[in-house]
Amino acid sequence: MSADAADSQWPLWEVFVQAKTGAAHEHAGSVHAADGELALQAARDVYARRGPVVSLWVVESERIIATTPADSPSFLEPGPEKIYRHPRFYTGPKAVKSGPKAMKKP
Amino acid sequence: MDGAEARDDAERERRFQARIDAGEKIEPKDWMPEAYRRQLVRMMSQHAHSEVVGMLPEGNWITRAPSLRRKQTLLAKVQDEAGHGLYLYSAVETLGVSREELIDELLAGRAKYSSIFNYPTLSWADMGAIGWLVDGAAILNQTMLSKCSYGPYARAMLRICKEERFHEKQGFEIMAVLAAGTPAQRAMAQGALERWWWPTLMMFGPPDAASTHNEQLLRWRVKQKSNDELRQWFVDLTVPQAQQIGLAIPDPELRYDAASEHWRTGAIDWDEFWRVVRGGGTCNRDRLAARQRAHEEGRWVREAAEAYAKKRRA
Repeated sequence: MSADAADSQWPLWEVFVQAKTGAAHEHAGSVHAADGELALQAARDVYARRGPVVSLWVVESERIIATTPADSPSFLEPGPEKIYRHPRFYTGPKAVKSGPKAMKKP
Repeated sequence: MDGAEARDDAERERRFQARIDAGEKIEPKDWMPEAYRRQLVRMMSQHAHSEVVGMLPEGNWITRAPSLRRKQTLLAKVQDEAGHGLYLYSAVETLGVSREELIDELLAGRAKYSSIFNYPTLSWADMGAIGWLVDGAAILNQTMLSKCSYGPYARAMLRICKEERFHEKQGFEIMAVLAAGTPAQRAMAQGALERWWWPTLMMFGPPDAASTHNEQLLRWRVKQKSNDELRQWFVDLTVPQAQQIGLAIPDPELRYDAASEHWRTGAIDWDEFWRVVRGGGTCNRDRLAARQRAHEEGRWVREAAEAYAKKRRA
């Protein structure tokens, strides 16, 4: 049961699944596979046994470049002090409606 | 560890617990206490191995399913268990343990998995009892774990819960059909219930008073219910189902307590539980041998895939 090279578990691939056209691809999990083609097949067997799935992506896990929890707060500097980026920062005459919700249905 | 380091760790641990108390999820790269990581690896790998070994008692009946409908259901269910094992191995890998190590542990006989799979499947009705009782019990546990504080585990559980609903329903269907059949079929269903009832109650783990992990796991919100709470939940759901299809729960002390609105069972034989956990079950050795054989018989597939990938890279 030794972990010889021929019996390796292969690189790790992250799997992304799109449930319907127009939706975003969402991370579903990972698979081990010798190459991309086999990774797609394994992803199909593992993460698309049941619908609805219209599209699958796989990417080698080590190719993903991600933020770390340590540098996230400053790197992703949230906008509490940038409230001018939100519509509620702005005021107008109360009687005037604006935005998509103001549109009358045809 | 010097004083300053110890203080840092205590502070990190305080912040970690505060995040958990606030209902936040912990993700793989977040700081976590080593004990939290270890507990998760322990639970999740046991869970993954259970899915994989769980294929064996049912795989045993695929060729003997009584109809094409039952056979395709059983095939799909066993395939799901393989998939669920993979979701879970994938989740454990986020904690820095490779799947290879986990599988090596299983094949070497060092890993634990749910003791329920060390009981034999003697009749077709056992396929009904496993779906109805064993998967029914697993769904309750997994429903709770889908709210686990560790993100990857919770997400794997959500996916599994969605898929396992049919496992439980097809099992109950098998039992209901047998229970309404000929006297021999009825006896087969009753026999299966009698053999699987107590081992299923043991699946939830030792009683709270004897459980070493309960309290800490609850504080970390890895679990939201104790072993006994989950067990009670299962009993309350299952007793009326048995009554509905006219099967008798093999427990002369079972009674309904109107004041608490709970079904109370007789005492569970924990000596049997520990005996099976320690390797004394009917099938412990068979299960391990079957896994080792499957791994060896799949070797040529792994070698072929590796050779092909190498050729394409060249």
